[in-house]
Amino acid sequence: MAKEARLVQGNQAMAEGAIYAGARFYAGYPITPSSEIAEECSKVMLKVGGVYMQMEDEIASIAAVIGASLTGAKAFTATSGPGFSLMQENLGLAVMGEVPCVVIDVQRCGPSTGLATKPAQSDIMQLRWGRHGDQIVIALCPATVNECFALTVTAFNFAEKFRVPVILAPDEIVGHMRENFSVPEPGEIAVIDRKKPSVSADRYLPFAADADGVAPLAAYGSDYVFHVSSSMHGRDGYSNNDPANAAWRVAQLHRKIEMHQDEIVLTKSFAVEDADVLLIAYGATTRAGRAAAMEARKQGIKAGVLQLVTLWPFADKEVAALAKKAKTVVVPEMNYSGQVAGEVRRVLGSGAEIRRVNSYNGEIISPQDILKAIV
Amino acid sequence: MNEKKERYEVILAGSGGQGLVLAGIMLGEAAVREGRNVVQTQSYGIASRGGLSLAEVIIDREEIIYQQVQQPDVILALTEEALEKYAALADEGVRIFYDTTLAKPRTGANLTGHPFTKIASDLGNVAAVNILALGTMLAAIPVVKTESLAGVIRKRFKGTALEMNLKALSTGEELV
Repeated sequence: MAKEARLVQGNQAMAEGAIYAGARFYAGYPITPSSEIAEECSKVMLKVGGVYMQMEDEIASIAAVIGASLTGAKAFTATSGPGFSLMQENLGLAVMGEVPCVVIDVQRCGPSTGLATKPAQSDIMQLRWGRHGDQIVIALCPATVNECFALTVTAFNFAEKFRVPVILAPDEIVGHMRENFSVPEPGEIAVIDRKKPSVSADRYLPFAADADGVAPLAAYGSDYVFHVSSSMHGRDGYSNNDPANAAWRVAQLHRKIEMHQDEIVLTKSFAVEDADVLLIAYGATTRAGRAAAMEARKQGIKAGVLQLVTLWPFADKEVAALAKKAKTVVVPEMNYSGQVAGEVRRVLGSGAEIRRVNSYNGEIISPQDILKAIV
Repeated sequence: MNEKKERYEVILAGSGGQGLVLAGIMLGEAAVREGRNVVQTQSYGIASRGGLSLAEVIIDREEIIYQQVQQPDVILALTEEALEKYAALADEGVRIFYDTTLAKPRTGANLTGHPFTKIASDLGNVAAVNILALGTMLAAIPVVKTESLAGVIRKRFKGTALEMNLKALSTGEELV
């Protein structure tokens, strides 16, 4: 039986999605425009037998999340740009230690504390490159309240399946927007749990990857005693300075994502089959793009929208395939420098016509702003 | 009374602390009760009191693609700053209800002023101004049924707060 529809905020839907995915540990430090996620978790975590911890700052928050995850819990935190910057060092530890976890970055207008209540899509490169050292993470970006819920479940599934931190990066508009929503029944969306070791504790190697590129993960507090280090380590988790080992580690951290690229890179498309003008958009800007494309069609211009649901790894194949059929590519985004437009340029090469539509004053990009670049 | 339309776009504008975002949420919840699609957004500054604050609500039978109001049917303006921002739209046919307690009176078609804040204060709680003004708006423009909003109020409030809000709603309706 379908549950009663409610008017639900994006932030609340992400908290509900986390619970649905099996998250039972939240540690965070409230910050606009993400605070409703902490608020919701503070109310519901105890009811589902989980733990809610208000931490002293964002550094402690991500550290607690990593620790909780290593005990076997599905764990997450939520923040915005300034807090996300503080989390980068420990996010690197989660990459290196292959610790599943989810971080939600509800993007607001920067730089620094910027405009706390106003939207932006300007953390795109920080999602990808915020940490030092060569590594890769998965980043997802919802455009609707329904996607806030569903992609939170996906984020946990990817985190668990690939032993990686996954970042969910809505903009303030989507985080604070309310839409009709009802929580799916249990089982309606698949929930994935991490692989547990099948060998005995004395033979367990925490970083010995299976054929799928991912090593089973035991839980701290169980019979399996193992070492997780931010420093270069071998299959057994202990420090290892051998260049051959380092090369294997760095490559393996990338390969486990690359070999599952088709599963991880999610896109949606709207009226792209015959599109002469291809809009490439993400987050709330997708909605302005779709409205602009519909208006352009009324004016006789065949326009369509490719929504980047997965921001990282970048949808090279999907962008290239659709752009080949289009005459013009338009990338609307709420940042100054064209962070995704630059990636589109990388994929399409210097000869392609790419028009940028940028907003960086805290104001939302409207369909009319985009239409000006099309017509 | 006007016939109910397929789509409504509503702006509730005023100052932080007047409860306009909550009013937008409750209006949206009332529409969800009626089986409509709703998108509610808001814009506000960093102050919890003061500064322009507004809620937007779009109600439609179809999927709502762009999330912001583009062609408002009706605007509620509870401060001079809010009315100043939108007053010109009255000439384009947008119905505007505004608070004469806090905004200067205007004349012109589509502009309707009532001392919402004073009336709410006289009723016993100035915080009920949001529901009172919604009541007036809904009596003139059937964005949702008043009864649907009353249902939302009954679900959200208890005791004296419930009584106050229901009283504010009916008082607002009677102003039309």
